[in-house]
Amino acid sequence: MSPRAPIRVKTLTIDGREVGAREDQTILEVARENNIFIPTLCNLAGLSNAGACRLCIVEVKGVNKLLPACVTRVAEGMEVTVNSERLAKFRRGILELVFAERNHVCSVCVTNGHCDLQSMALRLGMTHVHFPYQYPRMPVDASHERFVMDHNRCILCARCVRVCDEIEGAHTWDIMSRGVDCRVITDLAQPWGKSESCTGCGKCVQVCPTGALSEKGKSVAEMSKRRQFLPYLTLMREGRR
Amino acid sequence: MTGVPNQPKSKVRLATVWLDGCSGCHMSLLDTDERLVALAQHVTVVWGPLVDAKVFPENVDVTLVEGAVSSEEDLHRIRLVRSRTRILVTLGDCAVTGNVSAMRNNFGANAVLKRAYLENATLDAQVPRQVVPPLLAIVRPVHEFVPVDVFVPGCPPSADLIFSVLSELLEGKMPNPAAKFG
Repeated sequence: MSPRAPIRVKTLTIDGREVGAREDQTILEVARENNIFIPTLCNLAGLSNAGACRLCIVEVKGVNKLLPACVTRVAEGMEVTVNSERLAKFRRGILELVFAERNHVCSVCVTNGHCDLQSMALRLGMTHVHFPYQYPRMPVDASHERFVMDHNRCILCARCVRVCDEIEGAHTWDIMSRGVDCRVITDLAQPWGKSESCTGCGKCVQVCPTGALSEKGKSVAEMSKRRQFLPYLTLMREGRR
Repeated sequence: MTGVPNQPKSKVRLATVWLDGCSGCHMSLLDTDERLVALAQHVTVVWGPLVDAKVFPENVDVTLVEGAVSSEEDLHRIRLVRSRTRILVTLGDCAVTGNVSAMRNNFGANAVLKRAYLENATLDAQVPRQVVPPLLAIVRPVHEFVPVDVFVPGCPPSADLIFSVLSELLEGKMPNPAAKFG
């Protein structure tokens, strides 16, 4: 490891509160250190940040647009607002769009009761979806021996892509196409069961926030995810470096 | 929308409507058990699956709607219900989100009719043209057709949740229940 450059400390305010941060930290990291809640779905400790879900949008004084806290670095004198009526409204809107885009039928989902999306809807006070549901016809890939990919429940957070690439080192998962056609794929959009790069480790299943990735044989509400391995693996690797 | 007026002498006119749902939400309402007796002191049930009236009555204070809108009959009914109800409550995931009722949207109404009346029929297989109302092409939640005042999610919403919503309505408050979908 190269000798570390001296770490600079930045001072900023979050919702009027003065906080100190290392210059390489993001707004989200600093907020969490100070027990300030910013909602996230795609973020997961131990993985890189993708800025995919946009739930962590915050207001920064002097900046015209809303910025995702997970990929925005702190700056000296930054004035950040993470809780406002406007942000709450937009975050609910983003969440509603996620629900409207695919077929999230919570009552018959394998992760009912253990789902990050479902609990986020409750936490952000989403009463119903204001946008017309799209009801897209989505495939289910059950070709893998032990796991199932149900595109109906996918929110395109890319946690599976990142854990497979960054932790398992296989990079079986990726994202194909854009807009409403966007979906996660295995290898070059081949059936998961035919994938030659997949090691069958199941990390993608455990980090998936919804019922999109599940273990075979799990019925409604039976699929709870085990994510304890992730911070442990990350810690071990950092220690080895 | 104003709350239920605090009139000790006149009872609140309550209706419950069953659109495209499994009746589980109505069952959950019945699961409030002995609290129904207390509720009965304050409400008159003017319409519901077990009320023998032919037409949805006028001047209903509160209507609980179970189920999504999936047939022409449902659509006709929910519009009439809305026009005669002061506070419309969607009860349960089918009414709030479409839920299981809307799962046929992926393959269409004709596939459902074919499966139910042609493929699985053993005698004189035919799609009925009378009595069974024509299905809409797409099943949708209630609020996509008429304005809704209170949303009560859950599949089904728990008896406690339904009771707390009804209690708040009877106290003249507008409930905003925090409950999960599913």
